[in-house]
Amino acid sequence: MTDTTAGIPRRPSKALEFVKGILLLRESIVGMIGAFLVLFWLFVAIFANVIAPFNPNQPLVPLAAPGTEFVAAATQQVASKPASEVCSQIYENGTATDQYDCGTFWLGTDHIGRDILSRIIFGSRTVLIYAPLATFCAYFVGVPMGLAAGYRRGMTDGILSFIANVILSFPVLVLYVIIIAFFGASAFNIVVAVTFASAPGIMRIVRGLVLDLRNREYVFAAETRGEPGWRIMLIEILPNARGPLIVDSCVRVGYVIITIGVLGFLGLGLPPPNPDWGGMINETRQMAMTFPHMTVFPCIAISSLVLGFNLLADGMREVSLRD
Amino acid sequence: MLVFLVRRLGTMILTMIVVSIILFLMLEVNSESVAIKVLGPYSAPESREIWLEQHGYNDPLVLRYVRWLGNFVIGDFGESVRFKTAVSDVLWPRLGNTGILAAVTLAIVTVIGLTLGVFAGMKEGSLTDRGISIISIITTSVPEFASAVLLSAVFVFYLGILPGTSSMTDGFDPIQLVLPVMVLVLYDFGYVTRMTRASMAEVMMTHYIRTAVLKGLPYKTVIRKHALRNALIAPFTVIMLQINWLLSGVIVVEFFYAYKGFGALLLEASLNQDIFLIEACAMISVFVAVATQTLADVGYTYLNPRIRFS
Repeated sequence: MTDTTAGIPRRPSKALEFVKGILLLRESIVGMIGAFLVLFWLFVAIFANVIAPFNPNQPLVPLAAPGTEFVAAATQQVASKPASEVCSQIYENGTATDQYDCGTFWLGTDHIGRDILSRIIFGSRTVLIYAPLATFCAYFVGVPMGLAAGYRRGMTDGILSFIANVILSFPVLVLYVIIIAFFGASAFNIVVAVTFASAPGIMRIVRGLVLDLRNREYVFAAETRGEPGWRIMLIEILPNARGPLIVDSCVRVGYVIITIGVLGFLGLGLPPPNPDWGGMINETRQMAMTFPHMTVFPCIAISSLVLGFNLLADGMREVSLRD
Repeated sequence: MLVFLVRRLGTMILTMIVVSIILFLMLEVNSESVAIKVLGPYSAPESREIWLEQHGYNDPLVLRYVRWLGNFVIGDFGESVRFKTAVSDVLWPRLGNTGILAAVTLAIVTVIGLTLGVFAGMKEGSLTDRGISIISIITTSVPEFASAVLLSAVFVFYLGILPGTSSMTDGFDPIQLVLPVMVLVLYDFGYVTRMTRASMAEVMMTHYIRTAVLKGLPYKTVIRKHALRNALIAPFTVIMLQINWLLSGVIVVEFFYAYKGFGALLLEASLNQDIFLIEACAMISVFVAVATQTLADVGYTYLNPRIRFS
């Protein structure tokens, strides 16, 4: 396979093409902003241990306003050690006091004294683990359904499309609330509920793409070669449908983030005490009128992450439509 | 047209029946758990037995389903465990309240969404277009609960010009409707805008618009007489389907603002495992969703002469 193909341009390597595709995003300012927001939160989630100034679940000083200095007594537990060991002593007029400076609550603390910044930082982990996981599960179910419906058509399509229509006729949140309320609020149930509710939508998109792609020459060629149906669907059709699916998955992750947030907000989210943005808002919303910082910052966090995914999707769509 | 209508209605009824079967299987098959939910977890097994016998739960499954469905069709939803009255007594007033909220929201969303969408789509790629697109992306990225918190922080906490709850305890008060409607509109108008924009942009690319411009018609006439009539067909469907989204949105907004509506009722029913109330709420919301979907399909066919006359 070295010199016999002279004259035919060599197929560029997959990895190179992938990198080039990502670099194309440079052309869209909107896409770049989106990518920046998503990467920012990804960075925060990965290095949460290093960045977070305090333990997210430890009550320190209740109801502190943003920017309050954390002054602790020598015996107060900070990061499971007394303050005298981990914090620097405060000197007044050259003499040591028994007060220790343990840093600043940049975004204040909540009603039981947990640092909000640290909770937001650790909360990004929850969101960035479960939202992509749930989206992936939904794709895992929806894509094969869509492939089968679009490629096989006939009865298969009729049955699958009807099932999808029935599920899609539930208002999404109604479906989530009923499922979670009946089967209990746990990470697993949230993933299952999201999969159940989003798979039909994904199926519809894939089905539409497949209906178009199945009439291409390369599919006919594969059929003539006698390749089995599953191989044609997975190897010939699916890779060619990836563009719109990548854009859709981006929007969908954003939407799943909102969903997880809403469930947390309604008190149906992940069980406490682990920080979760929606849950943080739910826990403190009774005090939102007197201490707005407790709810406003998690709101900004979740909005910026969703905005990142949406802008990224928009940028990719813009770039892919350009050529 | 008639065949189409009948077929759409048939699909709608079939969907409702399948949904009812799913709900029945999910919530009612285990009669023991129904008794526990109605009589409470600490009820004596004997009284559960008596209750089950009295309410016909020992009959065959199919018979139970048919009877259950029959009761639904005639509007008998059973007793609410939480409110201790007939479900329909709680349900209808709540649904009315949500109807007001949704109607106001939908009217505003339609006006804003169509206007912005048409302006953005008139000149694709222009500064107006990009600006409107970005605004609509930003507003759809802020979840309803977040915008509820942020708007309350501004209008209730800092400015103090709007009430923070909408419980309407002293009768109906339009001022209390402002914040809930604002939150819903903010989240929903972006989608309508983008869909209208796409539709408008597509129409502006067509040959008959080019012809109209080239034959020297004033730009305003081109837009009004040629572009709008074609561009506004697709958004009609989008707006109708928005009702389905609103049913989700009202849960969050009504919960946040303590508005006594259908969404808050569904949430309360779910959290309290009030089984008959959940069933009624779920069936009603699916009915509304399926009915609007059917209406959207029929309306689209009616509005689009290419389909209507074929």
